[in-house]
Amino acid sequence: MLHPFAVGNIDCFELPYLLPVVNRASADRNVTTSGNAMQPALLAPPLRSSLDARSPEFAENRDAMLKKLEEIGALLDEAELGGGAYHHERLAKRGKLPVRERIALALDPDSPFLEISPLAAYNSSYTIGGGAVIGIGIIAGVECVIFANDPTVLGGALTPYVGKKWMRALEIARDNRIPYVSFVESAGADLRRSGGGGSKKDGDEPTAGGARIDHFAETGRFFYEMIELSKLEIPTVCVAFGSSTAGGAYQPGMSDYNVVIKQQSKIFLAGPPLVKMATGEDSDDETLGGAQMHAEVSGLGEYLAEDEADSLRLCREIVSHLNWRKPGPEASLRADPPVLDPEELLGIIDPELRRPAEIRDVIGRVVDGSRFEEFKPRYGPTMVCGFASIHGYPVGILGNNGVIYPDSAEKAAHFIQLCNQIDTPLLFLQNLTGFIVGKDFEQAGMIKKGSQLINAVTNSEVPHLTVIVGASYGAGTYAMSGRAFNNRFTFIWPSAKIAVMGGKQIAGVMSIVRRGQAARKGEPFDEEADARIRAAVEEAQERGSVALEASGAISDDGIIDPRDTRTVLGMCLSVVRNKPVEGTDGYGVFRL
Amino acid sequence: MSFDTLLVANRGEIARRIIRSAHAMGIRCVAVYVDADVDAPFVRDADEAVRLDSGYLDGDAVLEAARATGAGAIHPGYGFLSENAGFARAVTAAGIAWVGPSPEAIEQMGDKIAAKALAEKAQVPTLPGSEDPGAADAVGYPLLVKAAAGGGGKGMRIVSEPGQLEESLAAARREALGGFGDDRVFLERYVSRARHIEIQILGDGHGEVVHLGERECSIQRRHQKILEESPSPRVDAALRDAMGEAALRLARELGYQSAGTVEFLLDDDSGEFFFLEVNTRLQVEHPVTEMVTGIDLVREQLRIAAGEPLGYGQSDIRFEGSAIEARLYAEDPSNDFLPAIGTLVAFAPAIDPPVRWDSGVVEGSVIGTDFDPMLAKVIAHAPTRSEAAGRLALALSRTHLGGVVTNRDFLVHTLRTPEFLAGDTTTDFIERVGPARRLEPGDAERTLLARVAALFVQACNRREARVWADMPSGWRNARLPDQKLVLEEGDSTETVQYHSLRDGRFRFPDGTTARVHEAGADAIDVEIGGRRVRARVRRAGDQLVVHGPHGDLTFTELPRFVLPGSEETEGGFVAKMPGKIIQLGVAFGDRVAAGDLFLVLEAMKMEHPMRATEAGVVREVRVAEGDQVEAGTLLLVVEPEASSD
Repeated sequence: MLHPFAVGNIDCFELPYLLPVVNRASADRNVTTSGNAMQPALLAPPLRSSLDARSPEFAENRDAMLKKLEEIGALLDEAELGGGAYHHERLAKRGKLPVRERIALALDPDSPFLEISPLAAYNSSYTIGGGAVIGIGIIAGVECVIFANDPTVLGGALTPYVGKKWMRALEIARDNRIPYVSFVESAGADLRRSGGGGSKKDGDEPTAGGARIDHFAETGRFFYEMIELSKLEIPTVCVAFGSSTAGGAYQPGMSDYNVVIKQQSKIFLAGPPLVKMATGEDSDDETLGGAQMHAEVSGLGEYLAEDEADSLRLCREIVSHLNWRKPGPEASLRADPPVLDPEELLGIIDPELRRPAEIRDVIGRVVDGSRFEEFKPRYGPTMVCGFASIHGYPVGILGNNGVIYPDSAEKAAHFIQLCNQIDTPLLFLQNLTGFIVGKDFEQAGMIKKGSQLINAVTNSEVPHLTVIVGASYGAGTYAMSGRAFNNRFTFIWPSAKIAVMGGKQIAGVMSIVRRGQAARKGEPFDEEADARIRAAVEEAQERGSVALEASGAISDDGIIDPRDTRTVLGMCLSVVRNKPVEGTDGYGVFRL
Repeated sequence: MSFDTLLVANRGEIARRIIRSAHAMGIRCVAVYVDADVDAPFVRDADEAVRLDSGYLDGDAVLEAARATGAGAIHPGYGFLSENAGFARAVTAAGIAWVGPSPEAIEQMGDKIAAKALAEKAQVPTLPGSEDPGAADAVGYPLLVKAAAGGGGKGMRIVSEPGQLEESLAAARREALGGFGDDRVFLERYVSRARHIEIQILGDGHGEVVHLGERECSIQRRHQKILEESPSPRVDAALRDAMGEAALRLARELGYQSAGTVEFLLDDDSGEFFFLEVNTRLQVEHPVTEMVTGIDLVREQLRIAAGEPLGYGQSDIRFEGSAIEARLYAEDPSNDFLPAIGTLVAFAPAIDPPVRWDSGVVEGSVIGTDFDPMLAKVIAHAPTRSEAAGRLALALSRTHLGGVVTNRDFLVHTLRTPEFLAGDTTTDFIERVGPARRLEPGDAERTLLARVAALFVQACNRREARVWADMPSGWRNARLPDQKLVLEEGDSTETVQYHSLRDGRFRFPDGTTARVHEAGADAIDVEIGGRRVRARVRRAGDQLVVHGPHGDLTFTELPRFVLPGSEETEGGFVAKMPGKIIQLGVAFGDRVAAGDLFLVLEAMKMEHPMRATEAGVVREVRVAEGDQVEAGTLLLVVEPEASSD
């Protein structure tokens, strides 16, 4: 010390202000993976990979998958445009927001959004996306299903695709008990369609072989479903962004809460032209069905918004007061990321589905810490069953390694019962070419065992999630909790193919039938023509079975990037917990 | 007269400072506090504390507190009771040691006119001046009107020509009466290129008096010091000796005991110095002397009060290096240094480079109008003056500070000016040199920090999520518009838009990407377009205080949704700072012309008139005389003439 009298403590500083201690775990929330190390994990060891990421097959598979994803990305860009730039400009001129902007504003900032069937109406004469956006998002901390008309597509008219999406949104709300939020702006029924049902010219309607199978009388189901939600104590919130005419008018009519927007909402059973036609009365939009009228006179609108943004503020306020509590247990297990690299999910599936995919390679890249406790691994090995967790939610997994044999079906039925016993949701990973056929297997009771499995799947009451990663052929599609089996969500990988059987098999079967017919009639069989027909059929079948076709028809909830599988399933496992997760108390008679 | 318990009759940083030295000497400390200070750090630092009903100036209550807690000594700090001879006398009469000079010395030096007479007697040069306002011409212009009982710039006015004299006299008297309860004023010659130099003295009551060199405190705003240093770049050894000798002559004349300061005005051109006054207390800026001499002045005061001899003489005093102190104030340099209030949302003094922090606040402290808005004193001590200035500037700019407008950026700019570094520091420094009043970030810098802030908010949103909290931020499986956050910084608006990428990065519309390495409750470590920013961030309400590479930017987060009817009132006049309405010049329906007086707001003992900016009619008056108003309070609404009938 230089100073003779430096005995005081003047050199000490204020209490040291420590540098901030940054919470690493919370930082990790920014990336796909996170995990609370404090939570207990399943004791099962991580799966080991059988995948050689350096093999040429892997590279081929990956390239093919990335190409498909690129194609899907381009289609999603197209779907984003809805009715096209011209209609968006018109919308903007009227100070209105595009449908996706409305949704984004309604959602909690930075929260994820799971869109359902974004590529509806693919390869149809309707606009891709189908004229409406549905999805599950977080509003004021509550998982809600959103149904939103896209006013740029035929003025939001109720086309068959809009109808199917609407029904799906209502179903998601009911099955999972989550609030239903609708952003209505619809010209009403698609008047271009004739009085009763669909016109034959338009092959895109849900018809089979040109048969007229939908009718105006059936569409009333929407109203029934909406009212039922309310009775089931699932709140319904409607924001009327524009015209809600005729059928559209009942959407606010059937909702628990309505938000109407000044100078914008127009809700009436009939607009001025139709009123003039019906009664001769002269009227205008505002007095007939304007927001102010409904808020002050008719009482249809509970909340009067200044503009679109204000209506979304009100919508968020409504959801925030719903006192929403999830009865299902929250994630309780350690949610650490898989040890195996999820990026490698791109290279597992052979695009032609000729080389068999090992389903454990998928499981190990989806579940927490790649941990998988396999059930009966040595019995019925083509049906891989086991316990794991995804984002901390326990789950029972059934995945195929090819054909279902009698023993694999029996094992699956057993496993489904176990998961119902312990209230654990089920994940089906479809990767199968159907039930085994042949003398030995028929004699071993394939039908009986297959029926046991279908019985167990049907009566199981824990939530089912299904992901079709590869082939999904024949009755296997149903047995593995396909769309027809009331599963909560079905997603497909770009590599998936769904059909009664493979294209080659169908073409071959039809060729054998033709050959037999020719033989019975004693006619010569035209080999050359047969080869042509076989090739054409195979091609047509292949085209019809691909993921995009299925998704375009809304026969699933959408195509997902394989790398998103864990995220999508985690969100779904959270959504299903808005309803108690409880296994069944009983099954039908098992044919033993 | 030894004691083991000391009552500290003060608040804020000086109370903490005194407690620190007393504790080091093994002395127990008692604090006194008023309701506004109930959560103040100095109360917590003390071993015991007593609440005062009527304020820090209530000597009887302080004495009572000392008796009740068995305090053997009272340290008055600076301000409040420190130069109250009556109180000092009462303390001594109560058998309690008074940490300060004798009541007689206080009395003599407290009267500026008597002090000047004594200085003349001790052959210390003084400035021409007069008690007689009529003698202004004899004193000569420019001149200063000063309160006889004053200090700290209150009740002080510069008069450059005879025409202004009357108005200045009136204002000075009013302020003097309000501030000191004594409206006597006097005149004094004003030196235009002056430096404020003061000599620290220390007397032990046993006949030993030493000086500890000078402090230069020339850099002032509103006649109050903001930067002080020792040694002065203008004072050489000869001048130091001359000024020190003059100070000691006066001290001996006074029989000075304890620490005191003899203030001089140094004519920068001629090198002449003139006696100004003696401060019979510890000065705010005492730390710079401590740093260069190594002598703990509070410790010396306590020893002297206990009757101990100094034990050293003038020849033992050594000066090492250079020390500079910056006073960190809650005030707005861009708005004429008017006091600011609010909650100190962010306050994290830099620990590197090492500087001394004497602060009275902590993060979360509420800065109100009750007391002087000084937050802290920051003192750098280095081998050379330029190093000390650089170190101080860096420490200040590395400090995370926000929630209240402060003079920090102004201090940093001042310390970095070539003029300051050249030692060209006269009392008109601020007007003459004009350092930037606030941090003026470039657009790129502002955009960068806005992005940092937005990503911080993003991390908070994800952390606070009740459902899907584990999912990737802003995850999409199809297309939705980008996330959007609108931030305001000063007059600029930054709209930050981004979406998340599969690999966890975020992408902005210009193609730049960002990766958040870590994000916690009060900091974020992020790489944006290759630039790594490790920033402390504090979020309080809609405010985001982001500490970037050059200091803090405070962004205001605009709400996603605007509540209908929340727009600003047209023609409304709002209080620019908190204060009291002491005069209301208009009533409902009055027709006003531009320049008419609306009202007078008193804040921090200063009067701030508010006048009409254009002709109009008063449509609303929301306040009455005597009202206490917050900054931003709507005071009145005026309909402009053009639009009224």
